[in-house]
Amino acid sequence: MDWVVFVISAIAVLAGALGVVTSRNPVHAALSLVLTLFGIAVMFVEQQANFLAVVQVIVYAGAIVVLFLFVIMLLGVDQAEDLEVEPLVGQRPAAVGVGVAGLAALLLPIAFGKWQWLSGQASVAGPAHSGTEPNVNRLANALFTRYLLPFEATSVLLVIAVIGAVVLARRPLHTERQGLTAREEP
Amino acid sequence: MSEFLRQYLTVAIFGGAAILMVALMLGVGRLVRPTRPQGQKYLNYECGVDPVGSGWSQSHVRYYIFALLFVMFDVEAVFIFPWAVRLDAMAVFGLVEMTIFIVVLALGLLYAWRKGVLRWI
Amino acid sequence: MGDPLYAHGIDLAVVLITILKVILTFLFLLLGVLLYIWWERKFISDLQNRIGPDRAGPHGILQSLADGIKVFFKEDLAPTEADRRVYRLAPYLAAVPAFSAFAIIPIGDKISIAGHQTYLQLADPPIGILFLLAMSSIAVYGVFLAGWSSGSKYPLLGSVRASAQMISYEAAMSLAVATAVLATGSLSTRAIFVHQSVWNWNLWQLGVVPFGIYMVAATAEVNRPPFDLVEAEQELVGGYMTEYAGVRFALYYLAEFMNTITVSAVAVTLFLGGPSGPHINFLPALWPVVWFFLKLFAFVSFYVWLRATLPRLRYDQLMDLGWKRLIPLALYWLLLIAALRVGDDAHWPWGVNHGALNAITVVAAAAGAGVVFFGGLGAAIRVGAKRVEEETARAGGVRA
Repeated sequence: MDWVVFVISAIAVLAGALGVVTSRNPVHAALSLVLTLFGIAVMFVEQQANFLAVVQVIVYAGAIVVLFLFVIMLLGVDQAEDLEVEPLVGQRPAAVGVGVAGLAALLLPIAFGKWQWLSGQASVAGPAHSGTEPNVNRLANALFTRYLLPFEATSVLLVIAVIGAVVLARRPLHTERQGLTAREEP
Repeated sequence: MSEFLRQYLTVAIFGGAAILMVALMLGVGRLVRPTRPQGQKYLNYECGVDPVGSGWSQSHVRYYIFALLFVMFDVEAVFIFPWAVRLDAMAVFGLVEMTIFIVVLALGLLYAWRKGVLRWI
Repeated sequence: MGDPLYAHGIDLAVVLITILKVILTFLFLLLGVLLYIWWERKFISDLQNRIGPDRAGPHGILQSLADGIKVFFKEDLAPTEADRRVYRLAPYLAAVPAFSAFAIIPIGDKISIAGHQTYLQLADPPIGILFLLAMSSIAVYGVFLAGWSSGSKYPLLGSVRASAQMISYEAAMSLAVATAVLATGSLSTRAIFVHQSVWNWNLWQLGVVPFGIYMVAATAEVNRPPFDLVEAEQELVGGYMTEYAGVRFALYYLAEFMNTITVSAVAVTLFLGGPSGPHINFLPALWPVVWFFLKLFAFVSFYVWLRATLPRLRYDQLMDLGWKRLIPLALYWLLLIAALRVGDDAHWPWGVNHGALNAITVVAAAAGAGVVFFGGLGAAIRVGAKRVEEETARAGGVRA
């Protein structure tokens, strides 16, 4: 039964990934990404990592891709892009090179039978699930004690992202104020 | 079949039933509804006049800011849930670490507020 | 943990019971939506001194069924400008999460059918209430893609607005939900409801504020009045679904009402004790269901009342309410409840009512800490505004 779920979600993940790179329309690409992320969430469920599965949907499918969509709308590039123009000279050969290298890095360890190079150790903080204790509890125990520093650092990282966005988006103060006054006093 | 999957299988069946219902409704609609094509029926609605220009346009940058702030608070909420479940065990230690976390993020919100990007005019 | 139905392996009876549960929940939801649409129209007519639907069936109770049948005979018009594939996909993304989210709601207590015990609840996954948040984050796509794929101006504006509104309030909603989770120490909806039985409702256990935040955020999340800016017809015609006709339009309509029922059911579960209520010896399995439906009915009627009473907000007021009021308040209240809980366990001097929080403790502590918190916040904002003015004046700009 488990492998049925795995096969279905794996197909969804791969189909989504292919969609991301082959779609000409950025919104279609973003939607394919949602399919991929959703498939990964199902895989997490299948691996009994409940909490990660739902986080995958809430944060990645629910927030990050929505952010992507807003950026696509902001840039106004939602019609198919012109593929004739190459904005960065030499980026296509470079992309092929990087792609081949990445694939090799994935396939070679498998060819030499070194699986653990890819997936890391079986577990770092103990199994995801044991007995009756919910997965969330084990995760919380690890996150808020052993990995406290990364957790707190996340907040700083998020704030930096917000500050960056605000700096980018803010219009110059004076023009904004003047425009406002002009509109308020007809 | 694992215990977890059993729980989700019901959810999956329910979701499948919902998809089936939507498909069924659309299918029945396709069978019974009339089709009388007329060019003007397929124009965009623009209050009765012919549509002007393209329907797709750029949106304002402030939507992006709100989306980014949402990502911030979404990640925050996702961290809060496991913490809320285990607060009893972590007691004062847990309270202090989450207070630090929330205060740092609230500073981000305060910054955006102070810079006026939350104002919608 | 988990439904006792699956505890002893799976045989034919278990499969049948599961299928029966799925079908019953499904029928209940569909029927509930039809009746709710009728009830909303009838109730709001009474509030506005009108008669409302009264032709189809007694008191017009079959009106929504008649409307439903009608839409099937409507021509399906998709604008030529539309992005066909996405245009067809979007109604699924709106309707399916609206349905699925209901799966985690406990409708009643444990019952036994043919020697098998089961909860009157479709599923009780360990992540419980987070499933609702996941579904509501998927529902954003139904709205966004509907407007985007129409290739038309009003729907596009409507959908961008709507999705920005939905994500803004989703943040406040998850924080309010987190406060309820904090009180129980479990994400499972069933555990949350059992923890509140019979009268320890989170509504007063947590002080009324998280409930209020959840109500406001949920109303905005499902685009109900007074937060229905999405379809503000003076500005946006019909909002994101302007270009939808026939069955596809009906699906959006259905999803909206279904979402209202679901968020009400979640509110009942999280804050009003779910199916818990006074124990009555006659037919004990039946009464929890009755309590649940009574609470749910009170809730959905409350939504109609809101719609009849409150005028629609302006968009900037909506965003201000979400980001500048609800989110800071929700964060503050979360930490407050956490502090009270921790203090209670550690027997700090102000852990007055040992073992359980109560409204008086919560409100008293809130008043004290609130002055400090919001005073500081207000001072920071005022100083900020003053600096902006000084900066403007120094730059020779016009003072606002």
